[in-house]
Amino acid sequence: MSLLEKKVSELHDLLHKKEINVTDLVDASFDRISQVEGKVQAFLSLNEEHARRMAKELDDVLAGYPGERILAGLPIALKDNISTKGIRTTSGSKILDNFNPIYDATVANRLYEAGAITIGKLNMDEFAMGSSNENSGFHVTKNPWNTDYVPGGSSGGSAASVAASEVLFSLGSDTGGSIRQPAAYCGVVGLKPTYGLVSRFGLIAFASSLDQIGPITRTVEDNAYLLQAIAGHDAMDSTSANVEIPDYLSSLTGDIKGLRIAVPKEYLAEGVDPEVKEKVMEALKVLEGQGATWEEVSLPHSKYALATYYLLSSSEASANLSRFDGVRYGVRSDNAENLLELYKNSRSEGFGDEVKRRIMLGTFALSSGYYDAYYKKAQKVRTLIKNDFEQVFNDFDVIIGPTTPTTAFKIGEKTDDPLTMYANDILTIPVNLAGVPAISVPCGFSNGLPVGLQIIGKHFDESTIYRVASVFEQATEHHKAKPQL
Amino acid sequence: MSNFETIIGLEVHVELKTNSKIFCGCSTDFGAPPNSQTCPICLGHPGVLPVLNKQAVEFSMRAAMALNCEINREQYFDRKNYFYPDNPKAYQISQLDKPIGEHGWVEIEVNGEKKKIGITRLHLEEDAGKLTHAADGSSLVDLNRQGTPLMEIVSEPDIRTAEEAYAYLEKLKAIIQYTVVSDCKMEEGSLRCDANISIRPVGQKEFGTKTELKNLNSFAFVQKGIEYEEKRQEEEILNGGEILQETRRFDEKSNKTILMRVKEGSDDYRYFPDPDLVQLSVSEEWIERVRAEIPELPDARKQRYVSEFGLPAYDAGVLTASIKMADFFEKGVQEKADPKMLSNWLMGEVSAYLNNASREIDETPLTPGNLAKMIKLIEDGTISSKIAKKVFKEMIENGGDPGTIVKEKGLVQISDEGAIREFVVAVLDRNPQSIEDFKNGKDKAIGFLVGQVMKETKGKANPPLVNKLIAEELKNR
Repeated sequence: MSLLEKKVSELHDLLHKKEINVTDLVDASFDRISQVEGKVQAFLSLNEEHARRMAKELDDVLAGYPGERILAGLPIALKDNISTKGIRTTSGSKILDNFNPIYDATVANRLYEAGAITIGKLNMDEFAMGSSNENSGFHVTKNPWNTDYVPGGSSGGSAASVAASEVLFSLGSDTGGSIRQPAAYCGVVGLKPTYGLVSRFGLIAFASSLDQIGPITRTVEDNAYLLQAIAGHDAMDSTSANVEIPDYLSSLTGDIKGLRIAVPKEYLAEGVDPEVKEKVMEALKVLEGQGATWEEVSLPHSKYALATYYLLSSSEASANLSRFDGVRYGVRSDNAENLLELYKNSRSEGFGDEVKRRIMLGTFALSSGYYDAYYKKAQKVRTLIKNDFEQVFNDFDVIIGPTTPTTAFKIGEKTDDPLTMYANDILTIPVNLAGVPAISVPCGFSNGLPVGLQIIGKHFDESTIYRVASVFEQATEHHKAKPQL
Repeated sequence: MSNFETIIGLEVHVELKTNSKIFCGCSTDFGAPPNSQTCPICLGHPGVLPVLNKQAVEFSMRAAMALNCEINREQYFDRKNYFYPDNPKAYQISQLDKPIGEHGWVEIEVNGEKKKIGITRLHLEEDAGKLTHAADGSSLVDLNRQGTPLMEIVSEPDIRTAEEAYAYLEKLKAIIQYTVVSDCKMEEGSLRCDANISIRPVGQKEFGTKTELKNLNSFAFVQKGIEYEEKRQEEEILNGGEILQETRRFDEKSNKTILMRVKEGSDDYRYFPDPDLVQLSVSEEWIERVRAEIPELPDARKQRYVSEFGLPAYDAGVLTASIKMADFFEKGVQEKADPKMLSNWLMGEVSAYLNNASREIDETPLTPGNLAKMIKLIEDGTISSKIAKKVFKEMIENGGDPGTIVKEKGLVQISDEGAIREFVVAVLDRNPQSIEDFKNGKDKAIGFLVGQVMKETKGKANPPLVNKLIAEELKNR
């Protein structure tokens, strides 16, 4: 078994016992990348020289001893919308093709302090707008389970690189499902934390009130380790919550007796693939077998979630993406005679179609005369959706359903119809609107492609999510399956 | 008398002198090399987030309360979207619906009449960067100013004359300076003003179409700009023309307003609440704490100067118009200077010098203690008022203790009768014609003789003594 197929705790032990050193791990990562990256194409930039130097430093200075730092020496990769000082950061867009940030995101700093080694930056849909990685300004990442299929998105590179064992784990970001959907499609574990749990400082904003950085790993336990390292209040982010961070590892008790599970009927309704539904029902049986009970509930405003999401996220994006104007950084058009042309041409040439579509949608929704009908109304509906979740959580510990209505689709299959593409996120979007945390864990296969089970928890109750997900994982074999590349 | 009345509303921007910028830790000092006071946050780099500077909120709350505004208990910040190179995020963080304060007023006095001018709102926002346009057509961007906390103070359209506008600005500036939240230096751009002007036939209720006047670099230019603009609008209407909604700038050389652009419809800034900032809740305790920090304001001080020091209301008004002058005055009084004499000196010689040199009183080496000492030297007869002017000039230009200056320059007044009498006798001996004139009833001759004695004594002779001794000596001739 390759080193990178082991768990965090196992690798930590091996380092601790000096059976391996950090350089071995970094070598393993780059070896694997050289073997499979041609097929998977998960990366936008590699940080090889720096990663090898850091590995050597850790080996020399610490003589391989990782100390208390459980992540020390472990190879990680970051979605390319996370600012890394001196390492090219494009957010998947041509407009930032040449951009090297002058500062590190808070999560990048925390990982550095934890001793994790950044192997490279991962492909994504441009500015995190998309569900397939087909909107990347550079190339399409492939699903390691079948390279004719999409890896999902927008954190497609983050999920694919972990599924393909190019790195041990990765960070993605989730605005409407962008961690959970690709995690489901690639058969890995992806958590969207509670809004405010992980600092957004240094995350290139798509929709500020929805964006959240989260871990993608092969096991639930690894996921908890990674979240532990990045969660917590950050004075640089006003929306970062000042809450006490629990010890997530100690929440993995293996015991879910008496757990009350809610299953929203809207999440198993028409449009959900029968085989996906079947896998979810099987998963519920497994959890029942472990002592949990489940009941069908309703989240009545779910049907408005998609429209609400596209109005709010596009409105925020229209302002967030205005700074990419060719004036101070990024790509500037060569065909500009004056200031207005500089703006127009840099943005026209630099942004892709989907990004332009959302900027236009958001600009329209915020325009005078339309603001009340669109943006303001969507804010009100958002409150109703949030209330739906609160109601259910009065009586239940978690909400469970599929992560996505279907398994991964073929590359090119949905590119002509944005609305069908948007519908992919119909089961993940309400979670972002409500701000609650949710995880996707593998729960089987349909036609050789992974199916994801979504477990949604209360605000700041990642511990319960991890406990349930871990029990399910330990009771099944799904997480042990590996793609053949 | 015109058949039109002028309606004026003023928008004043005031930079707050907080230690750091409103959403990042960069310095707000004026005059640093371009872009030296910037960081990823105020440069608007991808992924950065704003964190609100609490001092900026407190400063603007203090100013709002001093301007009699009601403070909003729940506030939030909005994004105002527009593209311009001085605006790196392409949106300015500002306050639209829930500003710091609303419904305030200030009282002005013009030609002895008091009037309240309403303040619609006072909100907090970030200042933009600064563009410099080079001769070769290129433009340079300096983002040092980007993110400096800025208050926008919008008046009600209550102002009717250019003089009222001037008085309103003077009062506003005085009050804000008293609250110590801004220097209000127009020349450094820490106070900026735009004026909205329209006219309407006397008796008409509806407002006429307004023009917006920009590039007003001093209060005097505001006054001149308004005066020009009301005349221009009246002529335009009387000639059958139409007032268009225009932005005009004041040209200082020609004293005219010049068209910049005609506004078609209103700009759509697509304001929406900034999701990167959380709602700002202002508690009663916080409000009371800030209220307690508001020092005595100009009007209160003015009254106190009248009642406590017996100054005429006019003098008290002039002294309290500037906090620096008022503070100087009070320190001088503490140093035992006679209030009325001190006030006369400050309003006379001191103000004349400062106006001439374009300086503020704290930019000179003159101290309240030294000025008080000098006044005491006049009172006890050590120096004459005339000599005092020489001593004062030395003190305000080079500083120093007046006693020392008087000694070193040999300026002590000669009050010794015998010594002065010697000079008087000598002068009379040399001017028989003047004595003749005096005897023939020409009183003017005395003035000439006094002047001669003062000249002989290099101004040091005690003038009342000189007068007395000349009268005595003339009797003997």
